[in-house]
Amino acid sequence: MNASEPSLRAQNVACRRGDRLLFARLSLALGPGDALHLAGANGIGKSSLMRILCGLLRPYAGKVERDGALALLDERPALDTHLPLGGALAFWGRVDGIAPARLDEVADTVGLGDLMDVPVRYLSTGQRKRAALARTILQGAPIWLLDEPLNGLDTASVAMVERLVAQHCAGGGLCVLASHQPVGVTGLRRLEIAEFAA
Amino acid sequence: MIWPILKRDIALLLGGGRRGGALLPVLFFLAVAMLYPFAVGPDAKLLARTGGGVVWVAALLAAILPLDRLIEPDLEAGFFDQWALRGLAEEWTCAVRMVAHWLTFALPLMLATPISGVLLGLSGEQMMTLELGLLAGTPGLAALGVAVAAVTAGLRGGAALAGLLIMPLAVPLLIFGAGSLSAVGEGGIALTAAVSLVLVAMSPFAAGAALRAARE
Repeated sequence: MNASEPSLRAQNVACRRGDRLLFARLSLALGPGDALHLAGANGIGKSSLMRILCGLLRPYAGKVERDGALALLDERPALDTHLPLGGALAFWGRVDGIAPARLDEVADTVGLGDLMDVPVRYLSTGQRKRAALARTILQGAPIWLLDEPLNGLDTASVAMVERLVAQHCAGGGLCVLASHQPVGVTGLRRLEIAEFAA
Repeated sequence: MIWPILKRDIALLLGGGRRGGALLPVLFFLAVAMLYPFAVGPDAKLLARTGGGVVWVAALLAAILPLDRLIEPDLEAGFFDQWALRGLAEEWTCAVRMVAHWLTFALPLMLATPISGVLLGLSGEQMMTLELGLLAGTPGLAALGVAVAAVTAGLRGGAALAGLLIMPLAVPLLIFGAGSLSAVGEGGIALTAAVSLVLVAMSPFAAGAALRAARE
């Protein structure tokens, strides 16, 4: 997708929420093909680190450098709940300048090909998660930030996400994945946020 | 990238299967014009003299209705974050939202104004001044709406607060806009347009800053 090699680096990043310092002196560097699993208990700062990495949250200290477009999947699908799934995804397709044929292809990949006419509000938790994943893939960005992508998914879908992440990295993309569950992707590095807790 | 967002904003604010859509403010606006003669009596002279002001007040109050669905639902659903990640500044998305808000709120109001005018017994000349005044003033009202909705999005009781905030801020528009019907005359419309212009220029920046601050 991107001519230059995607990369994501964080140097000595600290995060403060309210009066609490969640973590400090956290550094990471990722290049093409790298996948990183941010692990840790609830409330340790996985989502905050995700938002810092994608630039939505300013780090309390340190800096983040990024090369390449970025796609974020978090707990909010950002899909219009009153629209059929196909229409809701087509909006993002138009924003990202993606051909409609690619949209159907991605929907089939995440196993939602048959639900394109169903309004998003009728989808189950797991189906919504997969719809959000479809939006993320559709964007075609080399850097994926997936915040709890496995929440609410059945075992078959978990395997599907693991396969997609592996494919994305094999294709030269990079992926940061935050999850409190174990993730089975070969070559996945693991970063315990607890080690940087302040 | 902007065009599909504008189209979605318009569809969303027009109806979008959510709370009332664009019709509710218009009905509210007409209801005020309909109730006013009941309250003050059928004195045609009195109605013709005060009717224009009533239309302005009705427009201002109708502007409160769409505030809670202007920014908040999309902020909650993560749309603004996703746009920001694609390199679209919040100022841009707020400016687009402002245009969509004017098209879906102010334009229907201006189309309904002749009906209000008839209900209040306004003359054709008054009606013309009223429409021109609204044309000059409603962009400012839409700009205020977006800024206030962005500032109050995510706050508990934000909808009520938004209504309280927009009223005093809209006073200059009301004074010059309604004033153009009597004392100030044509100059009033020019002043309304000037106030409107300032608000339209400022609002995307205020709203964008508010959305960014809300992420902290």
